[in-house]
Amino acid sequence: MIPEPRLVEVRKNVLKANDVVARSLREKFRAAGVLVVSLVSSPGSGKTAFLEKTLAQLRSRFQVAALVGDLATENDAIRLARSGARVQQIVTGTVCHLEAAMVERALEGWNLDDLDILFIENVGNLVCPSSYDLGENLRIVLISVTEGEDKPLKYPTIFNSADVAIITKMDLAAAVEFDYPTAYGNIQAVRPNMQVFQLSSKTGAGMEGYFEFLSARVSELRGTTAA
Amino acid sequence: MAEEEAARHGGHVSAVHLKLGALSGVLKEALLSSYEMACHDTPLAGSRLVVEEVPVVVFCPQCQAQRGLTSMQWFCCPECGTPASEVLQGKELEVVALEIQE
Repeated sequence: MIPEPRLVEVRKNVLKANDVVARSLREKFRAAGVLVVSLVSSPGSGKTAFLEKTLAQLRSRFQVAALVGDLATENDAIRLARSGARVQQIVTGTVCHLEAAMVERALEGWNLDDLDILFIENVGNLVCPSSYDLGENLRIVLISVTEGEDKPLKYPTIFNSADVAIITKMDLAAAVEFDYPTAYGNIQAVRPNMQVFQLSSKTGAGMEGYFEFLSARVSELRGTTAA
Repeated sequence: MAEEEAARHGGHVSAVHLKLGALSGVLKEALLSSYEMACHDTPLAGSRLVVEEVPVVVFCPQCQAQRGLTSMQWFCCPECGTPASEVLQGKELEVVALEIQE
């Protein structure tokens, strides 16, 4: 007779390895007093154009830098480096998201103390990045007006894991009959009380409000680091 | 982990029990179909993956109580309709137990 199998309790988080690295990154960022902001969105929603404008315009106020993840090519890093900010590409190969260890490797040799804000642009994907903590302070999810108002309902997990939502390409809103109240309602349905910004990287409309928001977060962080 | 536990208890791992939250970002079907492939040629070959799906539970600030969500598209208290953003449960992706066959 085959004996009954024994049930042994283990309780281990499958993503523990990532979480351990993310925790050590978060501690490093905190010690250096750098605000770390990650960007997630579907491909083509305008993450890179948005980051390009952000880096160029924030440079006069802060020391900014960026890590940018892509499956292939260094095109985005080349685009972003035109701003004059320090930029490092992370080529993931076949991996559809960034993991904490990739961020840790990309930052080898960096002096984080010199930085005020570090941006991390994730691979364009609204599914897998939601499960991987990168040690960031703030996760921003972007959705462009051309994607439709129901994106938050289709991808509730990533919207729920984010802290802020930004609606991009607002200059095209009228052309695609984008319905802001519906989109806003959908965001609030999957992530109550989430702050939402509407802007256009192309015209610059709405960018200032977002910069002020980031500035406030930098001051807040410095306050806690000094204390 | 499986090897360690199997060695400690003397036997081999015949099943892995996993808790999978609805907000984990991982799909049960995808996990089950990749499990067999991933176990091929490892000490876990031939073992079963037993997935326990964990629904999302939020804290309703109005009722001051834990509530299960009725829809992933509506993070509100099913009793009073108040938006509830504090997630208490549903992000799990956790191995909870191993079945060891002696």
